[in-house]
Amino acid sequence: MRNYLRGALAIYAKDIRLEARTKETISAVLAFAIIIAFIFGFAFDPSPAIVAVVGPGIVWVAYVFTGILGMNRTFALERDRGTLDGLLLAPVSRESVYAGKLVSTATIMLVVEAALFPVFLVLFDLNLFNVWFGLVALAATIGFATVGTLFSAIAAHTRAREVLLPLLFLPIVLPVIIGAVSGTDAAIAGDGWDSVGKWLQFIVAFDAVFLVLSSWAFDFVLEE
Amino acid sequence: MASAAGPRSRAMGLGGRQLLLGVAALVFMIDLVLIFGYAPTASEALGVQVQRIFYFHVPSAIVGMISFGVSAFGSVMYLIKRTRKWDRLAWASAEAGTIIFTVAIATGAIWAKPVWQTWWVWDANGTLTFMLWLVFIGYLITRAYAPTVDRGARWAAVVAIFGAAAVPFVYMAADWWAGLHTERVTGPGASGSLESEMFYTLIFSLVTFGFLFAVLVAERSAQRSIEEQIETLRREVT
Amino acid sequence: MTTHDSNSAPDAQLALEIAGLSKAFGGTPALRDVDLQLGWGEALALFGHNGAGKSTLIRTLVTLVRPDEGTVTIAGFDRVRQAAQVRSMVGYVGHQSLLYDDMTARENLRFYAKLYGIADADRRVERSLAEVGATSFANRRMRVLSNGMVKRVAIARALLHRPRVLLLDEPEAGLDQGGLELLDSVINAVKAGGASVVMSTHSIERGFALADHVLVLDTGRVALAGATADTSVEEVRRAVLGTRQAAS
Repeated sequence: MRNYLRGALAIYAKDIRLEARTKETISAVLAFAIIIAFIFGFAFDPSPAIVAVVGPGIVWVAYVFTGILGMNRTFALERDRGTLDGLLLAPVSRESVYAGKLVSTATIMLVVEAALFPVFLVLFDLNLFNVWFGLVALAATIGFATVGTLFSAIAAHTRAREVLLPLLFLPIVLPVIIGAVSGTDAAIAGDGWDSVGKWLQFIVAFDAVFLVLSSWAFDFVLEE
Repeated sequence: MASAAGPRSRAMGLGGRQLLLGVAALVFMIDLVLIFGYAPTASEALGVQVQRIFYFHVPSAIVGMISFGVSAFGSVMYLIKRTRKWDRLAWASAEAGTIIFTVAIATGAIWAKPVWQTWWVWDANGTLTFMLWLVFIGYLITRAYAPTVDRGARWAAVVAIFGAAAVPFVYMAADWWAGLHTERVTGPGASGSLESEMFYTLIFSLVTFGFLFAVLVAERSAQRSIEEQIETLRREVT
Repeated sequence: MTTHDSNSAPDAQLALEIAGLSKAFGGTPALRDVDLQLGWGEALALFGHNGAGKSTLIRTLVTLVRPDEGTVTIAGFDRVRQAAQVRSMVGYVGHQSLLYDDMTARENLRFYAKLYGIADADRRVERSLAEVGATSFANRRMRVLSNGMVKRVAIARALLHRPRVLLLDEPEAGLDQGGLELLDSVINAVKAGGASVVMSTHSIERGFALADHVLVLDTGRVALAGATADTSVEEVRRAVLGTRQAAS
């Protein structure tokens, strides 16, 4: 167990340090996210009535697609630069490597999601500074990162990684997307645990199942 | 019975496959007779003659889901046992399932548009059908883009297993979503009560598609098995 | 220099014991029925033309590649069932440096020290840097270093956890004279400390001079194997050249 935590923590710290220094993933993903938000601003008339209906959907479309961009880089960089072997050679379990990568991917996604709060506020008068929304976003992001990190390990080894990751990822996390949009809708509408809670529990159940599944499958995916 | 696939493969021999194909063809012809002759003509609300597509749509959707189950099961066994036969089963089921799901989606759309003025009903069943179709396509594309066949087999097995694990979540979420957002339509997915002729025709059609699935899987598995044996022999010679 | 932790590993008679090792990548065989034994404190030189299976053999030993058939035992641990223990026993220098461009040499080694769970990591990192002569540029990012400098840090990375078996895949690439001398002294120090070395190389003379055993691979099969005392540079060269001509 100590090995597991040690490996995961070392990899997480390394990823965060590298990201803080180069900012290459966050800047690309954040730029993309802002562009998406702007395009939505012109795609329809952002009047309060319409935003109330499509707002949650826009938020999660933006989060999902920027998330895909970020998740692709999780393993693409390691693999292209040859450092993935270094992680696989260490005397820590594959589950440990997965855990470290999962947490660093999720962290970057959460940072970008939070950075978009002011953008949504300004463009659509959509206020996401809300505890319930925070919880839904946290649970959903973990769900995305769990599945996305695993599929990123597959996609990174192929020629068609930009296409393959969304194709594999989206059908599986569809429940999380539905849950996140519905939960966001309820959170923004001001409903408390009664309605948000149902979706939150649903997403957390998904997270738990796929965390275990992804952790187990990681070794099979990386084996040569 | 001469087995063209050879003793080491576990795929069905040529004789067995020919028998299966024969039975499947016979069953299919009987099914057509039942669908167009025995089954009653439907009401205006359900589209009259167009409604007969129901006997293609529902069985293909069900058999598609069964094929997904077979593929996921084969995938699990492959990751555990690492023998070729399980991978062949999973792969052939994925291919057959993709074709069968495509039939389900196409027939669903053809039926839905004139009768319900929508191309697809996003209820729990409809969403699940569509999602599994996408997972199957992802399965096949993963194998196509993998650097080696072995890694492709392993990755695809993981994809199939993930798809299977997601099924209950997709069903629940889609059900809730449909309940909140769309009017309940007695659409292609609704069961309701069936007259006995409709019921028997439906069951027989289900059997027909089951045979179709079996034929596709048997042929594809045998073909792959032979390809693999040729490859092994070629390697031993060089 | 100290090159291995003496209080680790079981009492294994041999550093490496391989029998019937076979591996195929999607139908193309890379290794066919390879047998090999290596004792403690010994060095093995691995020869063969490109594509003969040298890298695959080394990568199988360091647990990056999973064998299809055969038994592979490293420092007494089974390669398949005890992979994590094997990883703690082996050190690897491959074609890729396994170092992060945007981190300094010191930061890279500290990261790996953490991954390997090395006690008193900072001190060990400083020692490793000194052993490969990298202290002077330890605070510069890997991105700005020359190939030779990067290779030195890569060697330090491989030795950081004091492995009992060091595996080098064509390590001379990119090394200047000073680097080559460092490589020689590292290999000799590792052997002197009771650990073993497997090195693949295209330089038959250098390999022969450093090694106790040689192994020549030809499209995955063993073409020649034996102690350096029982063969000659000429015989090895003929085996390597002969296989390439036969294959072309």
